[in-house]
Amino acid sequence: MVGITSYGAYIPRYRMSRKVIFDQFGWFNAANASVARGEKAVANYDEDTITMAVAAATDCLNGKDKQEVDGLYLASVSLPFAERQNAVVVSDALDCSSNIRTADFGGSLRSGTTALLSAFDAAEVGRNIMVCASDSRMGKPGSSQEYTFGDGAAALLVGNDKVVAEFKGSFSVSRDFIDYRRLTEEKFGHDWEARWIRDEGYGKIIPEAAFGLAKKYGLDIKDFAKIIIACPVAAAFRELVKILGAKPEQIQDNMIANVGDTGAALSLMMFVAALEEAKAGDKIMVLSYGNGSDAFYFEVTDELEKVKEGRKGIKGHLSEKEDLSVYGKYLVFRNIVPLEVGIRGEEIPPTAMTVLWQQGRAVSALVGSRCKVCGTPQYPRQRVCVNPDCGAVDKMEDYLFSDKVGTVNSYTGDNLAFCWDPPQIYGSVDFEEGGRIFLDFTDCDLDSLKVGMSVSMSFRRKYADPQRGHYGYFWKAVPVKE
Amino acid sequence: MAKGIKNEVAVIGMGCTKFGELWDKTSSDLIVDAYKEAMEDAGIEKKDIDAAWFGSCVDHVNVGKGGFPLTKALKLPFIPVTRVENFCASGTEAFRGACYAVASGACDIALALGVEKLKDTGYGGLPDFGTLMGTESRITSTNMTAPGGFAMMATKYFNKYGLSPEEGKRALAHVSSKSHHNGTLSPKAHLRREVSVEQIMKAPMIAWPLGLFDCCGVSDGSAAAIVCRADMAKNFRKDPIYVKALQIAITSAEEESYKSWDGTYVQTTTHGAIKAYEEAGITNPREEISMMEVHDCFSITEFVTYEDLQISPRGKAREDVEAGFFDLDGKVPCQTDGGLKCFGHPIAASGLRMIYEEYKQLQGKAGERQVENPRIGLTHNLGGFPHMSVVSVTILGNEL
Repeated sequence: MVGITSYGAYIPRYRMSRKVIFDQFGWFNAANASVARGEKAVANYDEDTITMAVAAATDCLNGKDKQEVDGLYLASVSLPFAERQNAVVVSDALDCSSNIRTADFGGSLRSGTTALLSAFDAAEVGRNIMVCASDSRMGKPGSSQEYTFGDGAAALLVGNDKVVAEFKGSFSVSRDFIDYRRLTEEKFGHDWEARWIRDEGYGKIIPEAAFGLAKKYGLDIKDFAKIIIACPVAAAFRELVKILGAKPEQIQDNMIANVGDTGAALSLMMFVAALEEAKAGDKIMVLSYGNGSDAFYFEVTDELEKVKEGRKGIKGHLSEKEDLSVYGKYLVFRNIVPLEVGIRGEEIPPTAMTVLWQQGRAVSALVGSRCKVCGTPQYPRQRVCVNPDCGAVDKMEDYLFSDKVGTVNSYTGDNLAFCWDPPQIYGSVDFEEGGRIFLDFTDCDLDSLKVGMSVSMSFRRKYADPQRGHYGYFWKAVPVKE
Repeated sequence: MAKGIKNEVAVIGMGCTKFGELWDKTSSDLIVDAYKEAMEDAGIEKKDIDAAWFGSCVDHVNVGKGGFPLTKALKLPFIPVTRVENFCASGTEAFRGACYAVASGACDIALALGVEKLKDTGYGGLPDFGTLMGTESRITSTNMTAPGGFAMMATKYFNKYGLSPEEGKRALAHVSSKSHHNGTLSPKAHLRREVSVEQIMKAPMIAWPLGLFDCCGVSDGSAAAIVCRADMAKNFRKDPIYVKALQIAITSAEEESYKSWDGTYVQTTTHGAIKAYEEAGITNPREEISMMEVHDCFSITEFVTYEDLQISPRGKAREDVEAGFFDLDGKVPCQTDGGLKCFGHPIAASGLRMIYEEYKQLQGKAGERQVENPRIGLTHNLGGFPHMSVVSVTILGNEL
């Protein structure tokens, strides 16, 4: 049986009320009042598609053996690197084997489900594939997209063993319907008239896929317990429910009110949210959208209950949020306007790719060493044991810190250091089995910190070097919610 | 332990420029100014110098590498000149090179000089560490500045000893306020005004819990010392100052990856002090030391140094500070010239500037801030961060 074996999700901590945007740009386009409702998820300044995918995949891998992952697919239309595979950054951060298949999927909002279809193809021949879909798209100030676009990620583990939702079949529609487009070198995209997109795009392409699927498997719309329609436009969404002839309780919430249009991740995030509430025997239809549509037919198994524990998923992340009320921060975090960063922000020494290569998993997965003589875990990796009473030479084994919870030994909030969201908070973090690492902290406020509190490790974008086309990624500490 | 260099080396001349934002001076100007004063003070000529040690730290914005900046500025003949750099302890490192050369018998007279022009870097505060900590630092190190690195020690100290932020900050404010007072009596200091405890506590936050006045100034400056064999010192002057101990301790940085250190003190100071006291034969530092210049880059640094140097018992620095123990009229006056707090910290000059103050005090030439009948002076020069530090402890005396 091929299907989903685990799921996870990530929604960044910051949520911005769309009223904040309307207060800034409502004067320019009053018609945007129709989309200026609810709130959208906004990635922190140190987050991007890659880091959100790592977070979602980590959520998904809880209780699963990452050594059994045979491949990792990353789908997004906002991949940080055009050249340098993004997916392998994710698989290295997860500390997956280097002998796996990794690939980026992009170009269309449908890329999330296309990656999923490809994963099922691989699962048919016995492989386990981690599918990540993650997006952080930028809407131009004043545009409706600025209101609707939100940031987030989903991760689905696909395989043959302990399937929680069996993949029963799919039906795809591919059409060069140019509703929204963006060139590689462009920061913001361009759309065509909304009414045309509603009627001819969502209104025809999604039903074509949905009815195509139903017909192919001899099913009726009413046979499905849940239908996921990845349509972020309220009017089109309502119209689609009517066209499909579905009852309201069959329709999965499209997350626009509280997260936003997460692009390639939207259909899979909605699917994760549906799985969180599903029960054995439920039939689920997933309908993606973007230059066509992929329709999926899933059936939930009784394995689902076993994976519901231990994941934050959509539900967990929705409840952990912090208000982002300063529009200027949003513009800066998403690099929409330049900021006077001062001399400390300007001075970026070149990253030695050789050093990055030498460091390998030490940087990407926070791998340190553990002394086989005295048992002390230590970071960074050492050849001579740091324990002054030991000092053994070359008696080390690899030790993973990224999955450990640490304790704050001390901290500060530094106003002198350059930080996109000052103060720069950092501190020393002690680990129960041993080892201490000085780490930057993120997703927290100085006032909330205490010596002795627990922190978990989070993969983040540590610095950007736009002049040399590089983003440096590393691990930061995030306070664990009590 | 090796017998050390106690009473082997004497300081016979010293120079120190005015410290400050010396916009109209180059590093070479400062080198010449410090050198001239030291040579006149020692009463020797250029041909008498057998070797020189030259300290400079932030080389990419200062004078450049090698010994050339010193030889070119002073037009030294073909003598050995070594540039040394050991973070903020670079000045004392230069002094150590000169002292060891004399103690070994390789030289009769040696020059130590440190210079730094931080105000040519364009930064408020020290320049960013960038690649200063090595190529790997950009990739994995926290985005740490000097105040932040030391602020973490204050956070942990407050936590360990149960001080509220208000109580802790007040104790630290006493440290800075006392130094600002001494700075008003110190003509070569950069910052020369009284600052009250209340002003200090209300100052803008730099790195929590350290505010603006918890941080030392940033300035330009140079200082120099002429040292010779102790047995020939009286040939040059009647009041030479003798080196009683000179120790440097540098960490393996176990503090940053091993949990045993709790972050409320500096291990290198603790170790360096023990060895220095042993070398100098000091058994009760709280009673025997007449006055000291410690590395008060931040108020918390001076504060824990009282304990690390065994002047105050562990956890008791606050009691001594608030009782005025380290004030100019206290039992062990500290930062009699105003310290880094008022002189600022032109990195490689600071260690020699501290020695300059002890030298003047021990000779009874410290003017308005003169300590009564001093016998033993101590300098403590710290480089790096609490968790990755190099410390030198120098003990000087006016009797053999």
